[in-house]
Amino acid sequence: MREISLHILDLVQNSNEAGATAVKLEIIEDLSKDSMIIRVSDNGRGMNKQLRQLVIDPFITTRTTRRIGLGLPLMDMSTKRCGGYLNIDSTPGEGTVIEAMYQHSHFDRPPMGNLVETIKSILVANAALQFSYYHTVNNKTLTVSSQEISDILDGVPLTQPDVLIWLHGYLSDNIANLYGGAKDENN
Amino acid sequence: MKTIEDLKRLREELKTKNNLRHEGGTQIIVGMGTCGIAAGARQVMTAVLEEVAKRKLEDVKVCQTGCIGMCEKEVLLDVVRPGEPRITYGRVTPADVPKIIAEHVVNGRIIAELAVGKITE
Repeated sequence: MREISLHILDLVQNSNEAGATAVKLEIIEDLSKDSMIIRVSDNGRGMNKQLRQLVIDPFITTRTTRRIGLGLPLMDMSTKRCGGYLNIDSTPGEGTVIEAMYQHSHFDRPPMGNLVETIKSILVANAALQFSYYHTVNNKTLTVSSQEISDILDGVPLTQPDVLIWLHGYLSDNIANLYGGAKDENN
Repeated sequence: MKTIEDLKRLREELKTKNNLRHEGGTQIIVGMGTCGIAAGARQVMTAVLEEVAKRKLEDVKVCQTGCIGMCEKEVLLDVVRPGEPRITYGRVTPADVPKIIAEHVVNGRIIAELAVGKITE
């Protein structure tokens, strides 16, 4: 995966497959600590200790019991290459928290990439999921909640064309604002 | 800068329209497992949403699904028109999306050369 935002999409799909009805995504970028933390918490079925250790190993897949593939091992590898870590905290029956940390300035850190499209995909293509997104870059914060949006929409689907156009503009403007108006972290 | 207030205004405008349909439309499903994402599923999803907005398609439902085991044919995109078989398109690129939407979603013509599967319910 070339972008951190693609890993995020992957983590949320894992939560979906674990039967989660609520997923919280937190992105905390703190340049003074030189760290970028991505945390995905869900209320899915969770994993026991044994499975939690297995999911990090790409060569042990238990496809008959659950779909486990390359997603987490790839992210684990990418964090470790960048002075970070991937931590899995999970309780069977309660949910899972995946926390990934990257050294923000690390030469090998993948770019965040197109976060707008990632968040938009999650919101639109998982209409029944309660999704919340918190993003902090130094002292700036953005919060987006699928609940708030669907309360306002009151029955109008997110795929309504004018709503889609609003959503795209809203996410692009507000995410760019976190980075001081830049549309891309490299600009 | 677009705000939540803009969405509230938009919702008020939409209330006055009576052509809102929430159920019974065509479904578009994109494979978003690790295999799909690595093959470019998000870009395909972006293209689908752009096309829905551009063509003002009011009764299309867009969903995502996980890996179904045809990883080598990702990106997989399914179209389900009400009462018709579910058609799976394989190795879909963003450039294929306008064609799939124009031909299949809007006009009901299956694009045979892109299709890799058909499920009749």
